[in-house]
Amino acid sequence: MPVTMKNDQTLLKPLSYRATFWLVFKRDLTIAFRHKDDILNPLLFFVIVITLFPLGIGPESATLARIAPGIIWVAALLSTLLSLDRLFKSDHTDGSLEQMLLSPQPLFIIVLAKIIAHWCLTGLPLIFVAPLLAVMLNLHENSYLALMLTLLIGTPILSFLGAIGVALTVGIKKGGVLLSLLVLPLYIPVLIFATSAIDTASLNLPYDGQLAIIAALLIGSITLSPFAVSAALKVSTN
Amino acid sequence: MWKWLHPYANPEVSYHFTKKLMPWFSMLTLTFLSIGIVWALLFAPADYQQGNSFRIFYLHVPAAILSMGIYVGIAIAALSSLVWQLKLADASAAAMAPVGAVFTAIALITGSAWGKPTWGTWWVWDARLTSELILLFLYLGIIALHNAFEDKALAGKAAGILALVGVVNIPIIKYSVEWWNTLHQGTTVSKLGAPSMSSDMYWPFVFCFIGFIGLVTWVICIRFCSEILARNAMRPWVRTLVNDTEEK
Repeated sequence: MPVTMKNDQTLLKPLSYRATFWLVFKRDLTIAFRHKDDILNPLLFFVIVITLFPLGIGPESATLARIAPGIIWVAALLSTLLSLDRLFKSDHTDGSLEQMLLSPQPLFIIVLAKIIAHWCLTGLPLIFVAPLLAVMLNLHENSYLALMLTLLIGTPILSFLGAIGVALTVGIKKGGVLLSLLVLPLYIPVLIFATSAIDTASLNLPYDGQLAIIAALLIGSITLSPFAVSAALKVSTN
Repeated sequence: MWKWLHPYANPEVSYHFTKKLMPWFSMLTLTFLSIGIVWALLFAPADYQQGNSFRIFYLHVPAAILSMGIYVGIAIAALSSLVWQLKLADASAAAMAPVGAVFTAIALITGSAWGKPTWGTWWVWDARLTSELILLFLYLGIIALHNAFEDKALAGKAAGILALVGVVNIPIIKYSVEWWNTLHQGTTVSKLGAPSMSSDMYWPFVFCFIGFIGLVTWVICIRFCSEILARNAMRPWVRTLVNDTEEK
């Protein structure tokens, strides 16, 4: 019967890479929007950590303006770290991660989609909230564009590097503290160049050098980290 | 080459081979290190600017070079364990990691002790010092990951991936003094043929350096042997070995 044959063939036809990417991406976004707390809590954490600093250091606007880039970026690192757990944990516990590993599609594409979905849920909201907090911290007015640009280029790196750490620790029961120990050292270069770009901008000097380095880090992490993540996931799920 | 190497994939052969090597490394270490340290601390001339405080150089520089060298060793072991599934490569990486962490700590501590009299401060956030500190964190992360898994084979692979990711840091440390304007001085000893220091200061360094290489290899051999024994504790050859030593 030629008709069913044809149907079988369309069923067996493998998904294209682009279709796989969108499928996983949409799935992760849908799951996240069903649990809105997961998106809101890291964002709230970001806001609360930043409000702690003026209370602890004192409200002098000059001091706050000086340390604002550092505070915002450190808070961004910590809130990303907090949200990383969601990347693979629930998929690992309900077994869908193993199904993804077994699927014929390359793991690189699946992992890439999951990480980019993670960034859209955690990195992107930070960029929208950051200027508001920068006003409260009296950030120098020349620095706003630099702050936005560094967050835009820099936060994806945090998701990509963090994914390696999560993938390594997803099989361990108490992986939370270990995760921060593994991931935070890898975040240091991003922090250094991002804050230095914002500081340079506040002096009205060109900061494209630092931006270029952050962009280079981003390209490097997009191309290389999914390989490390796939290898780590294979180890963790055994 | 594989034909020549493959017997050493067997833990037992490898264990006895390492045991045989150990006395040679201990002799090398004791000769070179004792000559080097005495020569460096008592007989080498004092620096015309830094006085006697420069003598910490003979501990600081070998420790710093070896902290990076051991990391590269771990990375090579991790790569060969991931690519060729060599179980003993995991054991050697596990043996090397704590030694490397200790040498990184030594490099940082002696560096800050040297910084106080010469730069007037214990610590500066310059590129060389910061990247060496990151190296220490990477080592600690690798060790923590090793301890986090119950299954040693999984632990080795996971720590291996982290080690390979961290390799990025090694060229950054190496070239940090050339890429950035740092307080830390540039290279003095590794310019082959023309070191930028006088020969009566240079030769004690060579002795110390060879001595430290011997020391590191010796300690790694000891750790490697105990690592093999711990991982093969249920094998008959380990049991007979333990029984034999207990009877003696």
